Amino acid sequence: MLLITDLEKTYPGPNGGFTAVRGMSFAVQDGEMFTIVGPSGAGKTTLLRCIAGLSAPTAGTISIDGVPIDGPPREFAVVFQDYARSLMPWMSVARNVELPLVKHGSDARSRRRAVEQALAEVGLADAAHKKPFQLSGGMQQRVAIARAIAYRPKVLIMDEPFASVDAQTRADLEDLLLKVREETGTTIVFVTHDVDESVYLSDRVAIVTRSPSRIDRIVSIPLPHPRDQIVTKSLPEFAELRAQVFGRIREMVHDAALADA
Amino acid sequence: MVLPTLARPAPRVPRRRPAPGRPRGGAVLLPLLALAVAVALQEALTRTGVLPGSYFPPASQTAAALLVELGGATFWQTLGSTVSTWLLALLIAVPLGTAVGTVLGLVRPVEAFLRPVVEFLRPIPSVALIPLVVLTIGTSARSALFLAVFASFWQVLVPAIAGVRSAHPIALDTARSYSFTLWQRLRWVQLAAMLPHLATATRLATSTSLILVVTAEIIIGIPGLGHEITMSRSVGNAARMYAYIVVSGVAGIVVNAVVKRLERALFVSHGIGAQA
Repeated sequence: MLLITDLEKTYPGPNGGFTAVRGMSFAVQDGEMFTIVGPSGAGKTTLLRCIAGLSAPTAGTISIDGVPIDGPPREFAVVFQDYARSLMPWMSVARNVELPLVKHGSDARSRRRAVEQALAEVGLADAAHKKPFQLSGGMQQRVAIARAIAYRPKVLIMDEPFASVDAQTRADLEDLLLKVREETGTTIVFVTHDVDESVYLSDRVAIVTRSPSRIDRIVSIPLPHPRDQIVTKSLPEFAELRAQVFGRIREMVHDAALADA
Repeated sequence: MVLPTLARPAPRVPRRRPAPGRPRGGAVLLPLLALAVAVALQEALTRTGVLPGSYFPPASQTAAALLVELGGATFWQTLGSTVSTWLLALLIAVPLGTAVGTVLGLVRPVEAFLRPVVEFLRPIPSVALIPLVVLTIGTSARSALFLAVFASFWQVLVPAIAGVRSAHPIALDTARSYSFTLWQRLRWVQLAAMLPHLATATRLATSTSLILVVTAEIIIGIPGLGHEITMSRSVGNAARMYAYIVVSGVAGIVVNAVVKRLERALFVSHGIGAQA
């Protein structure tokens, strides 16, 4: 279980600095698909960076199975929005997927097998020897996902991973993620600003407020599995949940606009 | 399992400029034409006495002197000693500047500590060190080597510091989140970010070290192209002097072209350039 308790993150600066997150607490169950959604300007990325151990919280604790996180944990993998920067452009797709495995003392042959499996999983078996820049954006993000899968993380952290690909690719990647999750049982913490995406993918959706962010509410998504872009999104329950999440976010934005006025 | 292949958009064209095509006929012919015109003009001006022939021998005489030298026994030895000192200087200065630059770039306290020393030493013209070098090292080729390394080291050091720091934050985050070791991060993330900087630095260092080697040969009298230039001058053989000046220039062009070629090959194979 991933446990976040009373998390606070303040960036230093004039007038006491900028507090992106304050008093944030929640728990993510093993194998859960947990999505964090909120208006733009909410400290979603900050929160994710703290969970991933890339950024030290100012106060509060984050722990995985009772062990506090004070640096990037071995068993976590992160998929960033900016796939072009995250992949090593001068290395082949296969080599990119292999890199994080190199240290694990695994021999070259088992690494190669893991890479082949992961690339097949994301539908890129034929692109193994290409360089990332020879692939489309969506395919590059698949490589980043394959890299994360091959790593076999306990927790997969994703920061708006599909925000910069086109709508059709995005739908494909969402289904890919659901399939991966189905097959591996990985815990996934996912940040997005897309309400449809959050409802479609998740077991639970956490709505966060604008900064200093805290959890506004957590909505359970009891939609049946396996999910389907057309069938699931046509369900009245989907529309209802979507309206609930979307309505709450709009309310928050509206209230904030009033408060600012 | 194969993913549903709905109409997926065509892969985007790589965001890289297409490799520049082979130079067209004009791109080769025009510079050659300009060169021919310049040579012909020089020939005409000296033959007609507009330029004094004793200082500026006609191009044809320089060419004749060059041919004589090319057939001589010592020419290749002379060229060899200049080029070998020069290449050795590059082989020392580039890795050394890269290594020191990496350390200074990554460990900020060390950089802050050494910055005054660097800022003091860097602007010293290497030729100003010639008396010191003659006193301490002597008049062998090692003196030329030292001066060339000293001058080109700074030209690599400064870009190396900037380069190692130019690694993109997301690439560094990726390295951290997958718990890369320091060595893995250096090799896979930071060295790659340095490459474009190092390529420019290497080309700068290439010209600088040639200048320093030839200068040292002229002033200190170390065997090499520079020494032949100054020797020819002192015996009043202007044509031979120009012949060696031409050889120095051609050597510069050839090595610069080789370095540029290597650089391009490296970048194309590494897909860098989109990032630079």
